[in-house]
Amino acid sequence: MSLETTRQLKHDTPDHDRRLDGMAQGVLGTDMDRPEGPLKVSGRATYAAESRPEGMAHGYLVRAATIGRITGSNAEAIRAMPGVLHVLEDERMIRNAAQGMAGQSPVQKQGQSWYVGQPVACVVAETFEQARHAAQAMMVTIEPDGTHVFDAEAEGAEIDTPEKKQVSQGDLDSAMAQAAFSIDHDYHTPSMSSAAMEPHASIAQWDDEGRVTLRGSYQLLRFNKNELADVLGVAPDKVRILSPYVGGGFGSKLGLAPEAVAAALAAQALGRPVRVVLHRRQVFETVTRRSETKQRIRLACDADGKLTGIGHENLVSQLPGEVFSEPVAQGTHFQYAAPNRVVGHNIARIRRSAAGSVRAPGEAVGVTAFEIAVDELAKSAGIDPLEFRLRNVPDKHPENGKPFSSSTMEATLREGARRFGWQHSQPRQRREGEWWIGTGMAGAVRVNMMIEAHARVVLTGTGARVECDMTDIGTGSYAILTQVAAEMLGFAPAQVETVLGDTDLPPASGSGGSFGAASTSTAVYLACMELRERLAAKIGVKETELTLKDGVATHENRQTPLAEVLGDEEWRALGHLKPGRAGREVRQATWGAIFAEVAVSDVTGETRVRRMDGTFAAGRILNLKTARSQCHGGMIWGIGLALTEALEHDPRDGHMVNRDLAEYHLPVNLDVPQLGVHFIEERDDWANPLQAKGIGELSICGAGAAVVNAIENACGVRVRRLPATLDQVMEGLIAQG
Amino acid sequence: MRAFDYIRAGDTAQAVREGAGQETRFIAGGTNLLDLMKLEVMAPERIVDITRLDLGGIEETQDGGLRIGALVTNSDLAADARVRRGWPVLSRALLAGASGQLRNKATTGGNLLQRTRCYYFYDRGEPCNKREPGSGCAAMGGTNRILAILGTSEHCIATHPSDMAVAMRALGARVEVEGQDGTREIALDAFYRLPADTPHIETVLAPGELITAVILPAPAGGRQIYRKVRDRSSYAFALVSVAAVVEVENGRIAKAQLAFGGLGPMPWRDAKVEKALVGEAPSPALFDRAADILLAEARGHGGNDFKIPLTRRTLAAVLSQATEAAA
Repeated sequence: MSLETTRQLKHDTPDHDRRLDGMAQGVLGTDMDRPEGPLKVSGRATYAAESRPEGMAHGYLVRAATIGRITGSNAEAIRAMPGVLHVLEDERMIRNAAQGMAGQSPVQKQGQSWYVGQPVACVVAETFEQARHAAQAMMVTIEPDGTHVFDAEAEGAEIDTPEKKQVSQGDLDSAMAQAAFSIDHDYHTPSMSSAAMEPHASIAQWDDEGRVTLRGSYQLLRFNKNELADVLGVAPDKVRILSPYVGGGFGSKLGLAPEAVAAALAAQALGRPVRVVLHRRQVFETVTRRSETKQRIRLACDADGKLTGIGHENLVSQLPGEVFSEPVAQGTHFQYAAPNRVVGHNIARIRRSAAGSVRAPGEAVGVTAFEIAVDELAKSAGIDPLEFRLRNVPDKHPENGKPFSSSTMEATLREGARRFGWQHSQPRQRREGEWWIGTGMAGAVRVNMMIEAHARVVLTGTGARVECDMTDIGTGSYAILTQVAAEMLGFAPAQVETVLGDTDLPPASGSGGSFGAASTSTAVYLACMELRERLAAKIGVKETELTLKDGVATHENRQTPLAEVLGDEEWRALGHLKPGRAGREVRQATWGAIFAEVAVSDVTGETRVRRMDGTFAAGRILNLKTARSQCHGGMIWGIGLALTEALEHDPRDGHMVNRDLAEYHLPVNLDVPQLGVHFIEERDDWANPLQAKGIGELSICGAGAAVVNAIENACGVRVRRLPATLDQVMEGLIAQG
Repeated sequence: MRAFDYIRAGDTAQAVREGAGQETRFIAGGTNLLDLMKLEVMAPERIVDITRLDLGGIEETQDGGLRIGALVTNSDLAADARVRRGWPVLSRALLAGASGQLRNKATTGGNLLQRTRCYYFYDRGEPCNKREPGSGCAAMGGTNRILAILGTSEHCIATHPSDMAVAMRALGARVEVEGQDGTREIALDAFYRLPADTPHIETVLAPGELITAVILPAPAGGRQIYRKVRDRSSYAFALVSVAAVVEVENGRIAKAQLAFGGLGPMPWRDAKVEKALVGEAPSPALFDRAADILLAEARGHGGNDFKIPLTRRTLAAVLSQATEAAA
C-alpha cells in the first residue's frame, strides 16, 4: 500500500507542546556520527564531477580579459584544434552565478562582457586537456564601451540608495552632540570568497524525451531547477538536478553558476553528456563574492554607558543588474537598544565580479565591524566591554517594538565570560618576550529564518526512509534528518535511511541562510507526526499515548512491534512546512559571545590567536557534533576575516588579482588554536515545533571582532580596515613609538 | 596545457644533451612547473624527466662541507641530522617553506629555479615582461604588496620565492652544474641575475645546463636563525625573511652572514651590511646602521612600501637575538 497523506503546518503560532522532549529513542541532540561519513572518507561518496557517463565530453570556460561589447572571436580556428567538438558562444550563457533563491535565470551574457573574468564562451573537446588548451587559445574580441569604475569609494561611482533600506528614528546628531561618550569611525571589510573545497562542477545529459539531468554541486535544488529551466527555455519538469554530496557551499552554490548552463547547452548541442568543471581561478571570478564594505559607525552613550544613539551607514558594491546587496546592518536593527537610530544602505554599481550571499550575509561583516565599534565606545567610557554590552541588552526589538521570540544575549555573554575567565584589563599590560598578549570579546547575533519545505517519510515495519531534495553541504543534513525521523518513529538511526539531493524527490528548503536544518527538519517532523497519528489510529490509541522505541509501540502497558502493525505495508507521509506569522510577529534570532586571546609581535605586527572560546544559543541543538563543527568553522572564518582573508582587486580594471588558494589566505591549521564551543540549551517555541534554530552562520557573526579587539588590548593598536595584516599593526606600533 | 614531448633521461649526459634543445625544460618534483604549464604560463615543447638520474644523496666533502644532490627532496634535506647539526639555518628555512606535501616532492635543484609568485606573472590576461618579454609590467601600477623593493628594474619587480635559497646564500653555497662542456661550479652569489631589461632570464645557466648538486662549505658555526615574516603562520611566501649566521667573540661581532628573502628578484645578500657589523659591538644603533646600508637603495611601489620598515625591524630583532648573551 502506498497511500501518501500530507500534514501541513502554516507556521503562525508558537508550539508549546515540545513533543520532541517526550520522545523515547534518545538519539536527537546527541553527537551521532554522520551516516554518510564513511563514504566520504573512503572516497565512495560521488561528488558532482565524479560520475562517468558514457561518451562524456569536456568543456572549459573562456574568460573575458576586458570589459565591453563582444564583437567576434577566433572560434573558427579553435574548432580546428585537436579534439575540439564544439565552441559554445550561446547568448543564454550566464555572466555570473544566480543570486540565492532567484528561481529564474540569472543575468545572461547579452553580447557583453560586464567584468574582467566573465565567462564568454565554452570550448568542448574529447579530453579535458584538449578543452582547456583550446579554451586558453580562444580569443574573444571585445570593444570597449566607455570608462568604468572599479572601486565603490572612487569618484564617479554610481550609488543606489534604496529608500526602503534606510532607517531613521529620533535625532542621532543631537544624541551624538549631547553624549557623554561617542565614537564616529569608518570601518572597512574586504571583498571575500567562499573558497569551498569542492570547485563547482556540472555534468549534463539529455535524454530522448528532451529532459536534462544535471549532476551538480548546489545548495538550493528546487530553486536551481527553475533557474536552469528558465535559462534553457524548458518547463521545470524537464530538468532534474542531482546533488547528493556537496563539498562545501557557504553561499557560493546557492544559485546556478555558469558551468551548469554551459554544460547543459553544450550537451544539448552535441547530443552527448558534457562535464564542465570550474578551475579554482574561475570559481573565484565567476561565483558570487562577498562585497567589500565601508561602514560608518556612530555610537553615543550616557555617563553610565547606556547607548543613546546608533548610526550604521554602509556602502557595498555590486554589478549592475543584480538584485542582491550585502545587508550589512541586518543585525544592527535589533542587537542593541538606543532611541536615536540611523541605518543607511548604499550600493555602488561598479565593475567588479558579482557580489552575493556568502556565509552569514549581513552579520558576518556588519556585526564584526559593529562589535569593534562597541569595544571602542566601551573603552572611551572606561567600562569593561562585557559590562558595557550587558548594560545595553534590549528587552524588545528596538526599532519596531516587537518582542523577541527568546533572547539569550545576556545568558551567552555571562556564560561565555565565565568559561573564558574574562577579566578586562588596560592595553599593553602583558608581554612575553617580543609578544604583547591581550584579550578581546564580541557578541554574536544572527537572524533566524525558516522557508517552505517538503519532506516525505516512508515507514515500514522495520525502519523508515526520509526523502527530499534537501542538500548536505557538509553541514550534517543526512545526520540530523535521520535523527529526527529515528526519534519520532522510534528506530535506531541505522534503521533510517535518508535520501537527499534529487529534484525528483519532494522539494525541501535546501541549504542556505542557516534555514535548512530547522525548515527541512520540521517537514520531516510533520511527516513523522502524520505517521504517528496513523499508527495510533490503527492500534486504537491516542497519538499522545503512543511511545515508539526500537521498533516497538508501547501504549497502555502493551507492546506491539511495528512489524506487526504494518505487516508488509509501506506507509508514506508528506510533511509540508509553510512559513507564517510566527516569523513576522516576533523577532527570532540566535545569539552568542566570543572571547579571544592573542599575541602580537612588537617587531613585525604579526598576530597569533592563542585561545578562542564561543558560547552560543540556537534553540534545540539537533546534533551536538555537527553543530559544534559549524561553530568551529565560523570561528575559524572569523580568524580569517580578522587577520588573513582579502580578495585583492586590481585598481585599473577591477579584476581579482589573488584568485588562487596560495595567495587568497585562508587561515591554516597553525593559525587556529584549540577552539572552545559551548551551547546554552534553549527551546524557542516560536521557531518551529522542534524549537530548533539555525546554527550554521551564527559563530562567524562577531568572531573576527573578538580577535581585532584583542589586538587592541594586547598592543594598543586599533585596526579598522580588515584584515588586520601585520603591516597595519606594525605601522600602528611605529606610530605609538 | 600544451601537448609536449616527454623524454626520460637515463643518465646525466643524455639529460644535458636533450635539455639543450629548443623550448625544453627539466622536470623533477614538478611542484612549480606543472602548475605553470597547466596555466600555460610556461609551455615547453619538451620535458626532460631527470628523476631517474643518480643525483640523490647527501655526502660529506673533504673540507667538512656537504654535497647535496640536486634530487634530494626538501623534506629529506631538512631532516638530515648533519644539516640540522652543522647548518641549522638551512633546515629551518626549508621547514618554513611550502607545505609538508610539497616538500616531499620538491627537490633541491628545482627549488633554486622556482619562478616568481607575482600575481601578474601567473595571469596570462595581464602584461608581464618575465612571461612575455616586452609586454610590460602590470605589477608596477597594480597590486604589489608581495613584490620586491631591492634589485628591481623598470621592467620587473618580482621576487624570488624560495626560503631554501636564502639560507644557502647566507651559508655561501655553491651550485654544481653539468653542461655539454662539462661540469662547473657557480657560487650562489653569482648564480642569479638581476632583471634589468631581461627579467625572463633569471640565472646564469646556459641552455641544457643541469644543476647536479649544491655544495655547502664547512659548518659556519655561530648562531643560526631563519626568521620568516608572512601573512599567515604557514603556507605563505615570505614578505620578508632573514637568514643569519652570526658569531660574537669578546663582545664584538666576529662573523655576520646575512641573506634576505621577499625583498628582491634573488635571495639577497649585501657584503656591505656584513662588513659594517663585523668587528663592532652589538647595539640597536649598529643594527639600525646595518639596516640603513641594506635599504639604501630600497624602493617601494605603494603596496609594498611597508617592507622597508618591516625589514629594518626584523633585521634588528634577528641580530639582537643572534648576539644577545647566552642565558
